[in-house]
Amino acid sequence: MSNPENTGLLVPLDEEIPAPSRSNELMREILGGGVVRTLLALVVGFVVGAILIIATNEDVLASAGYFFSRPSDLLTAAWNAVSTGYGALFRGSIYDTTATTFAEGIRPLTETLRLASPLIAAGLGIALSFRVGLFNIGGGGQLLVGAAFAGFVSFQWHLPWGIHLIVAIIFGILGAALWGAIVGFLKARTGANEVIVTIMLNYIAVSLVSFLMRTPILQAPDASGNPKTPAPDATAQLPLLLGDGFALHLGFVLVVAATVLYWWLMERSTIGYRFRAVGLNANAAKTAGINVGRIYILAMAASAAFVGLAGVNQALGRNTGFTPTIDSGIGFDAITVALLGGSTAGGVFLAGLLFGAMKAGSPAMQVESISPEVLGVVQGVIVLFIAAPPLIRAIFRLPKPATNSLIKQWWRARFTRGQVKK
Amino acid sequence: MKLELRGITKRFGALVANDHISLTIEPGEIHCLLGENGAGKSTLMNVLYGLYNADEGQILLDDTAVTFSGPGDAMAAGIGMVHQHFMLIPVFTVAENVMLGHEPTRAGTLLDLPAARALVREISQRFGFEVDPDALVEDLPVGVQQRVEIIKALARDARVLVLDEPTAVLTPQETDELMVIMRGLAASGTSIVFITHKLREVREVADRITVMRLGKIVGTASPTSSTSELAELMVGRAVDLTVKKDEPQFTAKEFDVAHLTALDALGNHLLDDVSFTIRGGEVLAIAGVQGNGQTELTEAILGLRSHVSGSIRLNGTELVGSSVRKVLDAGVGFVPEDRQKDGIIGEFTVAENLMLDRSTGNPFASGLNIKFGYLEDFASSAITEFDIRTQGTDTLAGRLSGGNQQKVVLARELSRDLQLFIASQPTRGLDVGSIEFVHDRIIATRDAGIPVLIVSTELDEVVSLADRIAVMYRGKIVGIVDATTSRTTLGEMMAGIAA
Repeated sequence: MSNPENTGLLVPLDEEIPAPSRSNELMREILGGGVVRTLLALVVGFVVGAILIIATNEDVLASAGYFFSRPSDLLTAAWNAVSTGYGALFRGSIYDTTATTFAEGIRPLTETLRLASPLIAAGLGIALSFRVGLFNIGGGGQLLVGAAFAGFVSFQWHLPWGIHLIVAIIFGILGAALWGAIVGFLKARTGANEVIVTIMLNYIAVSLVSFLMRTPILQAPDASGNPKTPAPDATAQLPLLLGDGFALHLGFVLVVAATVLYWWLMERSTIGYRFRAVGLNANAAKTAGINVGRIYILAMAASAAFVGLAGVNQALGRNTGFTPTIDSGIGFDAITVALLGGSTAGGVFLAGLLFGAMKAGSPAMQVESISPEVLGVVQGVIVLFIAAPPLIRAIFRLPKPATNSLIKQWWRARFTRGQVKK
Repeated sequence: MKLELRGITKRFGALVANDHISLTIEPGEIHCLLGENGAGKSTLMNVLYGLYNADEGQILLDDTAVTFSGPGDAMAAGIGMVHQHFMLIPVFTVAENVMLGHEPTRAGTLLDLPAARALVREISQRFGFEVDPDALVEDLPVGVQQRVEIIKALARDARVLVLDEPTAVLTPQETDELMVIMRGLAASGTSIVFITHKLREVREVADRITVMRLGKIVGTASPTSSTSELAELMVGRAVDLTVKKDEPQFTAKEFDVAHLTALDALGNHLLDDVSFTIRGGEVLAIAGVQGNGQTELTEAILGLRSHVSGSIRLNGTELVGSSVRKVLDAGVGFVPEDRQKDGIIGEFTVAENLMLDRSTGNPFASGLNIKFGYLEDFASSAITEFDIRTQGTDTLAGRLSGGNQQKVVLARELSRDLQLFIASQPTRGLDVGSIEFVHDRIIATRDAGIPVLIVSTELDEVVSLADRIAVMYRGKIVGIVDATTSRTTLGEMMAGIAA
């Protein structure tokens, strides 16, 4: 009961009461702030992963049998298991230390970037919905619709080089945006809960696209009744960035651009201002003349557009056709990425990279006979701790963050709003 | 029972909400705790009631030190509290509400409602409360609901009764009745702590007055002190409680509401045939007890309500059916009654809040880009002009005190080119200094030739600001009278009796 914020009772707030000292507050802020919390969540996640690796390692289990006669064996075995596992993760996702050439060495990093691209794009989309106070869990459906639209243009239309790719990208993004706008429209008009609507639209999207993939509209001629599309025309494929030796394609560049666009949209533009206003206090926004219903429609369309870019990335970043499973969980992982990234442009980008790295590194760990589910648990634990700040504060005995954050103010003054103080 | 607080100190972080407060309340005494919002009165009472633990100091009941770990302990020790916002269940009867939490039972499990009824009747008779134990709470007037709260406390044998801002929700007549009740309770030996910031009431009912400021006791006063002496103690400097204004200079601007009716979703009348006219240069104040349609009236004017019929004309232009955006663009400035809910976005900076109702186009945006440089300059000058006490333009508005939040709203609304200014409860929860400032700005707006509509449940405020007063009761205007009308007449009108 010592915290006045939780009681709903009058909190004395008088500016003439002396403020706490700056340095003390700064320390408290650094410890209580989001960055430290995120880092600690990562640490906890990887520690839990390490425990799982140790507990399932054969050498460890064998040496545990004679633990009391030679305890050092167990510790050595445990250390070896963890270092082998996480070493493989590093080699699989960042730099392959066993490679003979530098180009070979950095190939894992390019894989990380490639796998992170759709996660970042979809993560930005979900993050946008969070900022508007909406919970868009329809990423899967929106991604699929985006992929279907982009795919349709990529193999049904045969346009000149350059134009074809651009048209396919635009169609993919617009298609997803339209799909998302339905959610906003239903919410604005009927007050329908966007969580329910997006879940249901996921089912509809999967069934609808599967259906279309059995018709001439989306089906490959050689698919023999299976829902599968033709390969995109060469003119509509996202070109490789580093030549044939690497799978990294233009999609990553688009995602970097999308990240910058997201930052501008949310932090600098009037649209983002209204998005945030509605998300933080819809009543005040409405009273100030902002049409909240219209913002919901626009926000859901914009959210789905970013997710649609992930769909585009998946549909056009290949030279084969695709099936309705093209989402492969990205739509849901994006929720996690958005949460981990705190719904900011930079945060989502970094969170997407982290998850991309885990995806890229998981095969290398499997080679060391560590099951890929360990990384799933690591991801889950990280997000659990991010989503429940009091939990990590309790474990590490961190102070509560100051409500008036100096760091946040400093950051806002310089970056978020792009305004350097005079 | 004698209650003594010795050196109570309560800190929230580095903020000292109560700084070594010592206070003695004698049996049968009405002790007024006077102070502005944020002075630490409520914190002190929450310490007494066991909601907060004091960092230092002692509570003594009849010279025995006690510690409370929760309201249950405090109640058991004989301390009762009537909160500003009632803690009643509307769909329960009075008796059911009174027994809630310590229900009398028969045979171990069965509720003994007759016992609870008898208890209510007994207390009610003893103090002349006239409360029917079988009435549903939601059907009772606010003043009677408050008595139910008092009965609840007395039913638990409270011998120290804390009343936290009890008159905020009452008509003047109900306030008078409450004071009679308070005197009756005191005469029977109950000690009463009466928390308020209303000077008039303090002088009328208190035996002793303790004034708090910034977490400290700054003095005690006798009820014979003048209001200006009390105000000076409370604020720490001489204050001028009267609003100076000249005769209204009418302009051609005109705001005309005719036969305005608003229905809720079930078809009940929230506003019933409301008509009035405000000319440029005058203040029309809507008086009335909270919840008689004032909120709905401002919402209807602003275009926030559906199911509105009748006519709202601003300089001849019809506003009924327009969107909020169009109403604002027609030149309506609006200060909502609940500034935290409708007026500001707490997580936005002061600067961002200042552009809330002009988020597109001039002057704060060009194309889709917000002109942060311009906004920064605008915010800096608004902070200076409206004396907003903030660390800077990028402080979050939610961190400001109520008065400064209200100044942010005022700065935003008054910086547009206005044809009509509406302020609802403009000084609710503000300290005396901010009240003076807000009142001056309202009168300055009026003197600039703009029609001004004020909605306030504080009769003092209505009387000091208004050129004319319209009294609302159950969605209707009971009458529109001159500002010099007596308080008694206004009080009767607030209870629905036409003048």
